[in-house]
Amino acid sequence: MSVRHAILALLSEGPKYGLQLQKEFESSTGEVWPLNIGQVYTTLQRLERDGLVESDEAENEGTQKGFHITDAGSTELSSWLNTPPDMTSPPRDELVIKVLSALRVPGVSVHDVIQVHRRYLIELMQQWTRLKEDEADFDLTFALVVDAELFRLDSVVRWLDTADGRLKRAASEPSVASTGPRLGRRLVVRR
Amino acid sequence: MSLLELHQISKSYGEGPTAVRALAEIDLSVDEGHLVAIMGPSGSGKSTLLTIAGSLEEPTSGEVAIDGASLRAMSRNDKARLRRRTIGYVFQDFNLLPGLTAAENVALPLELDGVSARKAHQAGLAALEQLGLADRAGRYPDQLSGGERQRVAIARSVVGERKVLLADEPSGALDSTNGEAVMRMILDACKRGVAAVVVTHDAHLASWADRVIFLRDGRAVDHVAPDLSDSSLATPRA
Repeated sequence: MSVRHAILALLSEGPKYGLQLQKEFESSTGEVWPLNIGQVYTTLQRLERDGLVESDEAENEGTQKGFHITDAGSTELSSWLNTPPDMTSPPRDELVIKVLSALRVPGVSVHDVIQVHRRYLIELMQQWTRLKEDEADFDLTFALVVDAELFRLDSVVRWLDTADGRLKRAASEPSVASTGPRLGRRLVVRR
Repeated sequence: MSLLELHQISKSYGEGPTAVRALAEIDLSVDEGHLVAIMGPSGSGKSTLLTIAGSLEEPTSGEVAIDGASLRAMSRNDKARLRRRTIGYVFQDFNLLPGLTAAENVALPLELDGVSARKAHQAGLAALEQLGLADRAGRYPDQLSGGERQRVAIARSVVGERKVLLADEPSGALDSTNGEAVMRMILDACKRGVAAVVVTHDAHLASWADRVIFLRDGRAVDHVAPDLSDSSLATPRA
């Protein structure tokens, strides 16, 4: 995730200190992603180098230095918010590769492999849902982050369910079952 | 205390070589206050399991006990009484009667059980109020949104002294926000002591359960019953 742009977003509300940015970053992401104070200052230095933020001179030695966003920083922030992340090429997903590999390993039931992963994902979803049950009603940002994680995990479960059904049908229909080698070829082509 | 017990339940349709086995040797026990989800693809036997648990269908073999009473020994009348008094059903398509208001729909199971119309109406209103639907009591189903209809259906399923709630894809026709509201209502019923079983293919719904059982081709192939006090999530909130 872009800590750089998240800091710009926080500074768009007004000038802030480094420690304040660290605390606000954590609360604005539902305290799901902890952020090291060192990373905050490194990021601020890079933003300042790129002309996207400016630091205010500390009034006295030992007091904290404040930062504010520049016009170039506001333009960069607006551009980032409205630019969709690159999702054109499928990620090389480890789980997908495990299921595809299981198809080729003699003596391995791909349905059992799918179930191992399905069980793990449901366990994780239970843990996220339990957090939501306890706290989410009182904390909007946390609820949004938990929802995002639940939908991400759910999409993987749906893929596993679909793969399970597709493989079952393929096993019962010889014409479809012959897709094994083709799946292999496609993988090679994509690499 | 276990309110719902299924022991070695099997179900086949047809006989001889053309027989189709829908369920094989299923064991399930649901305690007071617990929510169990049954997951599996279409045709895995989820809905059959629910209808057998709810005494709407007979198993080919095995035994069902509800609130300590075995169904095998019960007469048809006793089973019907059990269905009216002890078990609440929630279906995907709500099954509300269109000519009755929300309050009348909720009160109907009690009236059918011989409770006076006045008392049944009061209990119906109380169930609606408990679920935040008091202002919808006088509306007919076609005057309610999909989410409200399902919430009324849940109020109907827990009205009176119901101890077991059986839900078949209760949020199947709803968006995720209403689906979540429905699951929170089922969870609230569990907190009041109801034992609930939700059949679903939706991982979001299943993730609300204390225990998840996975069915495949009529068999329970796996289950999840995590210790939720021991979170593995990489977040300070966990």
